[in-house]
Amino acid sequence: MSIDRRQFLTVGGAVLASAALAPGMRLIELAQARSRDEAVTSLQRWGMLVDTTRCAVGCSACVTACNKENGLEQNVRLDIRPQWIRTVTLRDEHTGYVQTLPMMCQHCEEPPCADVCPTGASFRRADGIVLVDRHICIGCRYCMMACPYKARSFVHENLTDQRADIPRGKGTVEACTMCVHRVDEGRIPACVEACNSDGGKALTFGDIKDPASEIAKRLATQQSEEIRPDLALDTGVRYQGL
Amino acid sequence: MKSIDFREIEGRSLGYYALLAFFGVLVLIGLGAAYYMETNGHHVTGMNNQIVWGIPHVFAVFMIVSASGVLNVASIASVFGRTMYKPLARLSGLLAITLLIGGLTVLVLDLGKPDRLIVAMTTYNFKSIFAWNIFLYTGFMVVVAVYLWMMMERRMNAHTHTAGLAAFIWRLTLTTGTGSIFGFLIARQAYDSALLAPMFIIMSFSFGLAIFILYTMAAYSLTGRPLGDAILRRLKNLLGVFVASVLYFVVVYHLTNLYMTAHHDFERFILLDGGVYTALFWIGQIVIGSIVPLVILFHPRLGGSRRMIALGAALVLVGAFCQVYVIIVGGQAFPLILFPGKIVSSSFFDGAIGQYRPSLPEIALGIGGVSLALAMATFAIKVLPFLPASLADSDVDPHQAAVKATEAAHA
Repeated sequence: MSIDRRQFLTVGGAVLASAALAPGMRLIELAQARSRDEAVTSLQRWGMLVDTTRCAVGCSACVTACNKENGLEQNVRLDIRPQWIRTVTLRDEHTGYVQTLPMMCQHCEEPPCADVCPTGASFRRADGIVLVDRHICIGCRYCMMACPYKARSFVHENLTDQRADIPRGKGTVEACTMCVHRVDEGRIPACVEACNSDGGKALTFGDIKDPASEIAKRLATQQSEEIRPDLALDTGVRYQGL
Repeated sequence: MKSIDFREIEGRSLGYYALLAFFGVLVLIGLGAAYYMETNGHHVTGMNNQIVWGIPHVFAVFMIVSASGVLNVASIASVFGRTMYKPLARLSGLLAITLLIGGLTVLVLDLGKPDRLIVAMTTYNFKSIFAWNIFLYTGFMVVVAVYLWMMMERRMNAHTHTAGLAAFIWRLTLTTGTGSIFGFLIARQAYDSALLAPMFIIMSFSFGLAIFILYTMAAYSLTGRPLGDAILRRLKNLLGVFVASVLYFVVVYHLTNLYMTAHHDFERFILLDGGVYTALFWIGQIVIGSIVPLVILFHPRLGGSRRMIALGAALVLVGAFCQVYVIIVGGQAFPLILFPGKIVSSSFFDGAIGQYRPSLPEIALGIGGVSLALAMATFAIKVLPFLPASLADSDVDPHQAAVKATEAAHA
């Protein structure tokens, strides 16, 4: 079979174009299904939406689940007890309106904790989860000074029997990891799971960069806000009904 | 003017060894306290998840700020060419180094993981002011050591001005870094202000000079060397100017906050109903640490008495300590405001005033750091010629020396 010049160019062009596009297509595929040994990418950003109107005063399903999941000891003096998530009760100064909501690490796009950390132990993973590398944290607590959300705890006591996939230790700082160990297995954070089963179904977790995800759809169609938007930190946790 | 006769102190008396032993014991107690805190965890301290920096940080910042300030005496001689300060320059450089070492020791030993110091020295996040400070602090020691060498080695004397200028610029940068540790904390009412960097610089002038005056008076009195009134008069007048300047910055800082409605709650806390912090501010920092010393230092009669000058300098340091305490601990005790217009409460002390009571080990660690600085300086003046044999008026004051020389010629 002989091909003329025009046919050659057409076929050749098509082959070249597919070759050039293939890695890009593969990348999209990667972002959607990632195995544990592949690095996370910024094609995803994990986030959480809190519908405070569904948070009942007195409910603490998310807190209990977090403490259990991460093995946070409870028989510790309250002022030094690690609390990765807590329920905060708000009463309006003028109207007296009372509401409650969960507070935890807000997983900022521009986290002040990571800015001030001298060793880089506080860092933001490419997929938006803010973590502390407990192996290089020197325990200076500067991140706790810098966090606008009071989201971090310092481990004041010796720990024993930590969970293998949740590194923790005396003398280091810790906070909500968005249950990164579960997220990396394709599961949702423990607080969200508990809220869905035992709570008011106030928490939605997902990839806010995936337009097909529930969280992205709701963020696109419903009002939501950050806490302290004046700081322009672009938090990964957003609230409704404040 | 004749050349200055620098001489090591004899340091063979029982008193000298007793003094060193006293400092040594306090250093050992401090180390023991650090070990106790490290092995048990910080639950044995008064610090908690609300007040994360406590009395060790007050000691550390107080000493680090003073370290940069105490170098001013040398800068006045080398950079600004005031010959009367020249005999004091070596001691000024020495105290700068030892105070910095003392402060850093406290800071490092309070870390949750002091054993990971090597990590802090090898792994850097250059957006962190702490990381910059590691370079500023270690660099400061090197620059001041070189500066001392230029001053103390005759062949190198020609470079004293250049080295002194470098050290002066370095120290201004260093204190800017220390002030910015707080100034760059965007979220807290007490901080988040560019004013903190220059305020820390002027604080360093005052704290450092007060320490310098007291150390010099003690060293000359204990060794029986002559210390003239002329030099003390200069130093105490300068201290008065510095104390007034700190007061000015404090007034501007609070006035600015008072003008902003959003900061009224914080100002009410510090100035009116903050309990221990309000007391430390008004009684400690303002009355004891600023007004009383100003009256003493500038009073025509009181300002002429050595005892009163020493008292004034000591009160400046008491006020300085209170000031740093109010800035660091008071600044944290006031809760973060996450929901303006709402009264908040939680199991994590949201909206509550932070509670902190300094514990004995923390205080021991801080005192250990101060003792370390003083012990090193006291040892150094024995092995190297840091102190002039005489600071008598005729030996340091060019004018007095000239008068004396004329008299001698006529005689």
